[in-house]
Amino acid sequence: MKGALRVAVVYPDLLGTYGDGGNGAILARRAQWRGFEAELVQAVSDDPLPEADIYCLGGGEDGPQVRAARSLVDDGTLARRAGAGAVVLAVCAGFQIVGRSFPGAEGEPHEGVGLLAMETVKGEGPRAVGEVLVDVTGLHDLPVLTGFENHGGRTRLDDGTTPLGHVTVGVGNGGGDGSEGALHGRVVGTYLHGPVLARNPALADVLLSWALGGASLAPLDDAAAERLRDERVSAVSRRHRRGLHRRTGSDR
Amino acid sequence: MRAQLASVATRFVNATSRRLGRGQGTVAGGRVGLRVDPELLEHLSTGRQVVLVTGTNGKTTTTRLVTVGLGASGDAVASNETGSNMPEGHVAALAGTVAPRAVLEVDEVYLPRVLTATAAAAVVLLNLSRDQLDRTNEVRMVAGRWRAALAAAPRTHVVANADDPLVVWGAGAARDVRWVGAGLRWQRDAVGCPSCEGRIEFGEGGWACTSCAFARPVPVATLAVAPDGSATGVWSDGTVRPLALRLPGRFNLANALMAAVACEACGVEPDDALSVMATVEEVAGRFTVREFGDVRARLMLAKNPAGWEELLDLVAQGHVPLVVSINARVADGGDPSWLWDVPYERLADRTVVATGDRVRDLSVRLHYAGVAHTTEEDPVRAVARAADHAAGAVDVIGNYTAFHDLLEHSA
Ligand SMILES: [Zn+2]
Repeated sequence: MKGALRVAVVYPDLLGTYGDGGNGAILARRAQWRGFEAELVQAVSDDPLPEADIYCLGGGEDGPQVRAARSLVDDGTLARRAGAGAVVLAVCAGFQIVGRSFPGAEGEPHEGVGLLAMETVKGEGPRAVGEVLVDVTGLHDLPVLTGFENHGGRTRLDDGTTPLGHVTVGVGNGGGDGSEGALHGRVVGTYLHGPVLARNPALADVLLSWALGGASLAPLDDAAAERLRDERVSAVSRRHRRGLHRRTGSDR
Repeated sequence: MRAQLASVATRFVNATSRRLGRGQGTVAGGRVGLRVDPELLEHLSTGRQVVLVTGTNGKTTTTRLVTVGLGASGDAVASNETGSNMPEGHVAALAGTVAPRAVLEVDEVYLPRVLTATAAAAVVLLNLSRDQLDRTNEVRMVAGRWRAALAAAPRTHVVANADDPLVVWGAGAARDVRWVGAGLRWQRDAVGCPSCEGRIEFGEGGWACTSCAFARPVPVATLAVAPDGSATGVWSDGTVRPLALRLPGRFNLANALMAAVACEACGVEPDDALSVMATVEEVAGRFTVREFGDVRARLMLAKNPAGWEELLDLVAQGHVPLVVSINARVADGGDPSWLWDVPYERLADRTVVATGDRVRDLSVRLHYAGVAHTTEEDPVRAVARAADHAAGAVDVIGNYTAFHDLLEHSA
């Protein structure tokens, strides 16, 4: 690749509520630590979306989400760049935006960017809030994903759309099939906050490797992240087992 | 009669639960009282001058400052100083006293209800920003509810931060607002215009929406901080009042100015109020130097990115080791992703010890921020470890329950 790797955090002013801006920072740092030149761009919604190799979209409130989607559709850069092979990581409200349609505050449908063949509607029950574990089926050799979800929408993947994986703890897409997230080419969508790349450095490296033209990446010191992963996975599995036991107990 | 009974019940439960050592007692007592008489807060507020203080950050400190400020009148002033800022805490604070004035810290979400119940003489609105992500914290919605409640309370004086667009929206439909130029360090939750679909632009000395008329109102008093750190409150009539506090930080100067304007709205001379505020050294353990064995630690509370922005300004000036303790219990919110909104990069030159229930999340964040640090699961041992690097003095910042844990374990 020519020049520095450009990582764009898309509309931090609209999609910056849940700490997902960390994903962009993590990708840039992991590239730099390996000796690649990398540039982190905070792409605010007033300006045209800049050209970049990786686009990161995060979670946001209902109103700002609608504005972000409208801007991205009008601007056109994200769809064009994704079509040309740029990497997209879209989280929560950002995940919903890159689908075909998503609900506004009153449940009314809004047009998405259409990078993933899926639709999101307003959920019936309470918001899905809590820790999530995901067995990854859509990408090879990735360890279990850990994250924190917080969303009211339910996402239905079209037949033939590849989910990122299926939840063993948590709600995920919430369509009843246990799926979580979606994948198409180099576009990855998920409901996981944390931020997701802080808790799952292996996923970060998949995205980086795509953006760097399949380069094999030297290992980094991920001891801190490994300790965090161990703790989250075991804390969540423990709580989950206890919950199941309680339920079985009361059934009897 | 029913109110009297409820009030007695509240006091009885408070005293009992204090004797049993069950926390602070106030919540349990207030809850019983409210069950006996659901309108107990209305009754207890009757005939008193009640001031409500709310906002995301600085509530407890400002409540304390208004309380001592109003005390300059010579009147007794009741307050919910033991930490519960919901109706059960308010009932408990008022049940045991005949004080003619009361200052109540109020949870942001509860403001409309408590305003109606107390028919408050004044309401202080400090700021609004993201806090506890897992509670679907839509700050815009909270601002909208404030707006409706205050529009329906024409006899209430509102004291509001002119520099926070969400606060200005919340106060904007009230009949009598005293705007205060208190500043706003964290602006990222205020970029979307609450009045239209436009965008708020912040600039030198103010802010305005780029697509509608919504803009910073003209304050009656403005905070001015000189490069040497000395501060004054400049009133619109030209009066300049020195703000000399023992409490540290720009944010506490802002809190004091808001408190002084609130006292003025309640008939107390701001000069008198400020001179008493100057003597306050700590608020519910915040900013105090506490002892952990032979280590002296300055304890501070920061529970969200806005709070951290302010505290990083404060600790960046120091050079003693820093302990950071992060929990994610119910009162903190279960999702510590907000750590990624805090510019910890600014701690790169400091000796940092990470601790708390969520030390591992914090450690990953510091790793990417380029902050060399050690980790220690036990907070008290973390303080001792940090002191190894210095002559027995350290700074400690915790989020809500982490702070209270450390406060409990110190003397
Ligand atoms: Zn506007």
